[in-house]
Amino acid sequence: MTRNVILAGVGGQGLLALAAIIAEAARLIGLHLRQAEVHGMAQRGGVVQSHLRYADQPLHANLIRMGTANLLLALEPMEALRYVAYLAPDGAVVANTAPMAGIPDYPPLETILAELSALPQHRLVDAAALAREAGSPQAANMVLLGAGSAFLGLPEDALAASIRAQFETKGHAVVETNFAAFRLGVAAANGPT
Amino acid sequence: MTTRLLLGNEALAQGALDAGLSAAYAYPGTPSTEITEHILHSAQVRRGEVTCAWTANEKTALEAALGASYAGRRAMASMKHVGLNVAADPFVNAAIAGAHGGLIVNVADDPSMHSSQNEQDSRVYLDLSLVPCIEPADQQEAYRAPAHAFGLSERHRIPVMIRLTTRLAHSRATVATAPACPQNPFSLPADPRRYILLPALARQSYDRLVALQSTLVRESEQGPFTAYADGPDRSLGIVACGIAYGYALELLGEPCPHPILKIGQYPLPEAHLDRIASSCKRLLVLEEGFPYVEAKLRGLPARARPIVHGRLTGHVPRTGELTPDAVAHALGLPPSPTRAASTTPAPRPPALCPGCPHADTCRALSEAIGPRPAGGVVFSDIGCYTLGALPPYAAIDTCVEMGASITMAKGAAAAGLHPAVALIGDSTFTHSGLTGLLDCVREAADVTIVIVDNLTVAMTGGQPSAAESRIVPICAGLGIAPERIRVIEPHPKQHAENVRVLREEIDRPEPSVIVARRECIQTARRRARGERSGAKERT
Repeated sequence: MTRNVILAGVGGQGLLALAAIIAEAARLIGLHLRQAEVHGMAQRGGVVQSHLRYADQPLHANLIRMGTANLLLALEPMEALRYVAYLAPDGAVVANTAPMAGIPDYPPLETILAELSALPQHRLVDAAALAREAGSPQAANMVLLGAGSAFLGLPEDALAASIRAQFETKGHAVVETNFAAFRLGVAAANGPT
Repeated sequence: MTTRLLLGNEALAQGALDAGLSAAYAYPGTPSTEITEHILHSAQVRRGEVTCAWTANEKTALEAALGASYAGRRAMASMKHVGLNVAADPFVNAAIAGAHGGLIVNVADDPSMHSSQNEQDSRVYLDLSLVPCIEPADQQEAYRAPAHAFGLSERHRIPVMIRLTTRLAHSRATVATAPACPQNPFSLPADPRRYILLPALARQSYDRLVALQSTLVRESEQGPFTAYADGPDRSLGIVACGIAYGYALELLGEPCPHPILKIGQYPLPEAHLDRIASSCKRLLVLEEGFPYVEAKLRGLPARARPIVHGRLTGHVPRTGELTPDAVAHALGLPPSPTRAASTTPAPRPPALCPGCPHADTCRALSEAIGPRPAGGVVFSDIGCYTLGALPPYAAIDTCVEMGASITMAKGAAAAGLHPAVALIGDSTFTHSGLTGLLDCVREAADVTIVIVDNLTVAMTGGQPSAAESRIVPICAGLGIAPERIRVIEPHPKQHAENVRVLREEIDRPEPSVIVARRECIQTARRRARGERSGAKERT
């Protein structure tokens, strides 16, 4: 088993924390792992993306080949579209539908969502609204994790342990909020889209 | 043995700590910053057992590490590739003076210029200095590299470079760590005269360095970072350096069907190169950065020379970092079926944060000097404020290298430009602006220097600025007239007043400094939350 996951978003959305949580879950069950991320100038309010790979045999490359990603997990809909060439023919896209439109030429949202909906496997969820419902706008990344969890190939208890490890220094309430966000994401992905 | 999930940079840092590191110095710069962040936040530093500090620049970092090595300790200096230009003087000369305690220079190259102004390859400095180098292929090797490099350094009394590139520096993997070994005791060199590079003594030391090279070649040939694997299909041989080896293995599988030479230590393992060159009809060279090994292979005597393909022949793109797709193409593998990229997404360039003080300085400056070029030129520098070049600000006209704003403005003013304005950050100013300001004072240059003082090294994640709120006394001490040093608060409420002050100083014929001081909103926010600076946001 080898999983290639592309994570995409905008600086400040919690994308690298999301990548770290999935990576830690994979490590907990003894998988081999590579995770590449972008730091520095490129992160300053711009595009943030991460290549995450895990497998039960040794991995050698930190980056994912075009056309081979099993999952594209995006915290922003236009940023999801930016990376569709990475998707394998049967790859899934799981994206937040709430745009971060703070640029001059942001394309019409309906165009973006129509293109994403045309992909063979897609789950589009309003992670921003569900995060507010869970009690914290910052938990949109955990909503997305829940929505994408069925495609990760990782046991839910490993994901739960990793979420707990990420947030437990911030207290019980923060952990519970993030679990709630995760569960809302799972439910949204299973429901009608 | 325990395993940890570590970035390449963190693995290198942990490897150094576990190999008996005593002192680490650095100036922050992407993609090298996390090496020093990891050490700073280690238990050894908290307990006061290891010295670790951000320095004014890369030159002072390397010189401090050289001093610690003189005192017998294992020491290292870390920097990004362009930082080695700043530290080139100590780097080249430390090779001649040598090391006593193990001395490592970590350099993180940034091919594709993710966060840099060029993609120079630090291996070129190996030819200039005759220093050996380890280039880890993965995170586990990044962990092992310092222990090996310290040993090499102490065996041969020479500094050792460890070269990383962005995709190893900033990629995580599980890394197995070993128990820490003790630090070296304090000791002084038995042969201290080699540190006196008077010509007569330097000639002896240089002869020793040159004579050492054949030994270092054997070290590379026999060391654990070099590997030669024979393969049945000799129509092609692969020479892969550093992380390129991982791309080749991933695509070709193990065992590799072709002979493959993994290069992870320099000077080049000549015996292995001879072997692969003489046994294969064609060689493909895969390396991050310049066609460094490729060019050397093309220089082989004609009768030993196979066909060599790589960046110089266009089989690998001449510029930019390697990607699995570029390597697959170079290997002649069929492309994977790929969905067409969408043309819908708009570019999303990096931008100043909402509420950033630099934005207020840029707006005030643009209004004060009016439209370019009739309104003058703003020479700027390296930092977050470089983003002032982009819309909606378009407030700066140059960004070349650390400190160039002040000296370029001075040169342009003397050549007839008015107004000639420099815009530089507080940390860039203490890194490389002080000497230029002294030149301005001595030449009574007609320049206006705006120092944007956000009290931190913001772009790399909020490390403490060496200026430490002392910009005004520093400028006064260098000879700027006290009445020509103005402090403004870059804030929308102060806009009209700031424009007035800027205009006044631009109209003055003598050098003046305007300190635009307001804390970076990111560090202010982190401070309010009680977080340690530079710890949360890895940039």
